[in-house]
Amino acid sequence: MSPLWIVRRIGFYVLITVVLAFFAVPMLWLASAPFDAKPGLGLRWPDWTLRNVVATFEHPYTLTSLVNSLVLCVIATVVTTVLAALAAYALSRVRIPGRDLLLYLLLLLSSVVTGTAAMVPIFVMMLQLGLINSQFGTALVIAGGMLPAAIFILKDFMDAVPRSYEESARVFGASPRQVLAHVVLPVARPGVATIFVWAFVNAWGNFLLPFLLLRDVGQQPAAVLLRTLYDEGGSANLTVIPVFSLLYSIPVVVLYLFVSKRYGFRFHGGIKS
Amino acid sequence: MGRTKVFGLLVVCGLLAGCLGQTQSGDQARNADAKEITLTIVANAAVGGKNARGANWIQNWVIPRFTEMQKAKGVTATIRFEQNGTGDEDFKTKVALDLKTGGGGDIIEIDGIWLGEFAQAGQIKPLDEVVGGTGWDGWNQIPEAVQGLGEFDGKRYGVPMGTDGRVLFFNKKLFAQAGLPADWQPKSWQDVLDAGAKLKALQGVTPIQLNAGSAMGEATTMQGVLPALAGTGRPIYENGKWQGDSAQVKDVLTLYQKIYGGGLGDPVLQQEANGRQRSFTLFSENRIGILLESDYFWRSVVEPKNGVAAMADRDAAVGWALVPAKEPRAGVGGQDFVSMSGGGVRVINPNTQYPRQAWEFMQFLNSAEAVKESLAGTAQLTQRQDVNDQVLGGDPMLSFIAEKVLPITRYRPGLADYPKVSAALQQATADVVSGKSPDEVATAYRAALVKAVGEANVG
Amino acid sequence: MDSSGLGVRRAVGFVAPALVLIGIFLVFPALWTLYIGITNYQLTGPAAANPQVVGLDNLVEAVRDPLFTNSLWLTALFVLFSAVIGQNVLGFLLAWLLRSVSPWLRRTTEGLVLLSWILPSTVVAFLWFAVLSRDTGTLGLLLGQPETSWLVQYPMTSLIIFNIWRGTAFSMLLYTSALAAVPPSQLETARLVGASGWQTVRDVVFPHIRGHVLTNTLLISLWTANDFTPFLLTSGGPNHQSEVLPVLIYRQALEGGQLGYASAMSMLLLLGNLAIALVYLRLLRRRA
Repeated sequence: MSPLWIVRRIGFYVLITVVLAFFAVPMLWLASAPFDAKPGLGLRWPDWTLRNVVATFEHPYTLTSLVNSLVLCVIATVVTTVLAALAAYALSRVRIPGRDLLLYLLLLLSSVVTGTAAMVPIFVMMLQLGLINSQFGTALVIAGGMLPAAIFILKDFMDAVPRSYEESARVFGASPRQVLAHVVLPVARPGVATIFVWAFVNAWGNFLLPFLLLRDVGQQPAAVLLRTLYDEGGSANLTVIPVFSLLYSIPVVVLYLFVSKRYGFRFHGGIKS
Repeated sequence: MGRTKVFGLLVVCGLLAGCLGQTQSGDQARNADAKEITLTIVANAAVGGKNARGANWIQNWVIPRFTEMQKAKGVTATIRFEQNGTGDEDFKTKVALDLKTGGGGDIIEIDGIWLGEFAQAGQIKPLDEVVGGTGWDGWNQIPEAVQGLGEFDGKRYGVPMGTDGRVLFFNKKLFAQAGLPADWQPKSWQDVLDAGAKLKALQGVTPIQLNAGSAMGEATTMQGVLPALAGTGRPIYENGKWQGDSAQVKDVLTLYQKIYGGGLGDPVLQQEANGRQRSFTLFSENRIGILLESDYFWRSVVEPKNGVAAMADRDAAVGWALVPAKEPRAGVGGQDFVSMSGGGVRVINPNTQYPRQAWEFMQFLNSAEAVKESLAGTAQLTQRQDVNDQVLGGDPMLSFIAEKVLPITRYRPGLADYPKVSAALQQATADVVSGKSPDEVATAYRAALVKAVGEANVG
Repeated sequence: MDSSGLGVRRAVGFVAPALVLIGIFLVFPALWTLYIGITNYQLTGPAAANPQVVGLDNLVEAVRDPLFTNSLWLTALFVLFSAVIGQNVLGFLLAWLLRSVSPWLRRTTEGLVLLSWILPSTVVAFLWFAVLSRDTGTLGLLLGQPETSWLVQYPMTSLIIFNIWRGTAFSMLLYTSALAAVPPSQLETARLVGASGWQTVRDVVFPHIRGHVLTNTLLISLWTANDFTPFLLTSGGPNHQSEVLPVLIYRQALEGGQLGYASAMSMLLLLGNLAIALVYLRLLRRRA
């Protein structure tokens, strides 16, 4: 063990500690402010209380909004993941002319639609389709915006699945549907799981679309409710906001933990082009 | 995606876009005898959120009462309440989208300042046109000036929901420490600056908070530029023109420079995203001496029990004074003191299926009983004189607003261009706070104004 | 080439549902938005009643608008420092360092990094207010400078650091998997000949993961260029100093109601994205 080795080791752990602190410190607010008698926009050791929690649960729409978020995001996420997986698989295995160009074009267009400028077209279109006030319709719009990136990423996962597996499956008489379900998807599962979490997280935070397309407060998701927790002068209601932020974050964290434990959460073989 | 498909989409796209500007109107007496009606009221209020008191009132009092009243007449009324409770701009966007596409609630609560924009877009129409006759004994109870909130271009579009007034709030404890009187009433801008200079001696105290910059949004215009401008004797909009880089605008910018360049105000606070809220907190912590705000500050911010920056000793610690003109008699209309006011307006959607019933509902919403009930035991300036006479007596601050401020106040010009002018004014104050000279800023402000409203409309 | 026996017809069947959804809910509104970009359409006011086609006027106006050029510059800075450099380097560093630490330390670090990626942006905004605000902010307390209002005095730096925190997870995940594809024998050889860490990365690792680096850079650049979260932290302020393009577009569309103008700027943002993608494709082709 040379001195140089020790110095490098120490440097290594200092670096890791700094990085850990960088990522951990901002999170502390979520642990302290919800239980602080006088929560503010700053970090301090709390005067412990559960009053904020009680106030949050007494709020008439906190729980319904979380349920609404779940419904909305599960639909949007399932639609995105299933359709993206099917499309990515087909695009990965069959050469369709202009495939790459199409993918890039869609990826670029998705940036226009997720921006605010598209709200008028989307609103008018949804009105014509009779999908205002429909959670399903809103979920579809959200899914439409996420699909290109999901296909783009998943296609690379599908490319990484060795084709020899499929060939052997076919030798045993499996249909393409069976090959996809029993051979390809299990291998690409971490990728699909990653896309699932990615899509869920994106849908979970979406504010403008649900706000414009869902009119009834009893139907609106948590992202919209969080923005109503201000008084008439625009001052934040800090009794409810910290606890609600915590509640609002729990589902995505639980989903991540579940998915990462069950399916692994990494880009196995990964995105390569 | 084939080329034909894309082309097809483009065609449909063009067709739909062609319909963007359409609006409809019909017979004012349509469905007047219907036995079953559905009315929707839309408000930027939410139970448990923004403007919760108004939301509770609609949900728990208005709807059951009105349904019952209709039942007594043999009409089955279903009243729906669409709650929102988000940022004003988000809400405005939603209402505009609704009105444009021929939908939306039957009665909509909007900020009075949006009236002109919606009217010029043809998205709302004069009340008489929408519902036919608008005779109502309630008009006698609403002061002329307040009725003006619901008018545009000389026509009545809606019924105001109440109003407010702006004054200088000050912290009496800090004033005592600085050797200033508890019944302080400045007579000129210089008096305010002099008081600020004395407060400056106190450790950790920001003497004056006069909202500035774009981060504060409309709060900068309403609680900063416009009251100051009114104090120079010339309103922002006059004889069909917006004020450009006039001597008066420069006076206002110079006032900002004296405050923020002279260490009497906190320039950084003006630029923070939560600056306004923070100024409230600082005031409640006895760290701001003088602050220009509307009576909202008294009712909802430093209110001892539920205020967002509650002050347990509000009644003893918070003083208020009229906003002085630059010099005595230099204000608009030769006034010594000035103020600005705003307020919400309820309008009836021209697309409503039940115009007569909507108007009946509107009268109910503005009846003395309903207005009083909406206050839920608190005091606030309502649109009705009879209600104000009953409820304001117990609150010296609000009585002061009703008696001393409303007679001298001014309203903003409710024109479609106003938000752009307001943004230019905010930008101008931001530039002064960041250290530029008033002359330089005034020139840039004029250029921005010309770009926003056109050379012909700048005076 | 069709090892899965999918056949073109079935392949089209697999792709069709996604394309239909994308066609209706993405391509159509996107094209419509581009159309609005050539009109003077506004949400309220006289131009709302009667929108006129103004051709390329909006684009010309945008290019001449100092606010637009300012925001274009800020967006470029934001993408370059927070994504192309920040997230890329930190993500790679984490992936590289975490190969050789104990599993629990790796899991903890990865967990924290991922947490900052998956929390909803409104919540994240509150978290960072608590770090960067004046008087009570954590950073000020740690550095003994509580009077500094970081978001006001150093708005772009704050946003860049924030975005590195927010988005590094993706790069970390991607590089972790990429590094797994580097043959261990080559790393071993590098170690035996006494190559330094940097030399190993440059000469052994990088050639293997070049494609990953490019894909990663493309995705995070696009996401960062279109990211709206800065609005929640600074609203573009103070005095437009952190007004990146998505924020400017939002403010023009919602606060100004200038939908035609905002749509035209969206189109320019799209062109910017296109430029990023072309550069990327070019680099990728050069590799092959």
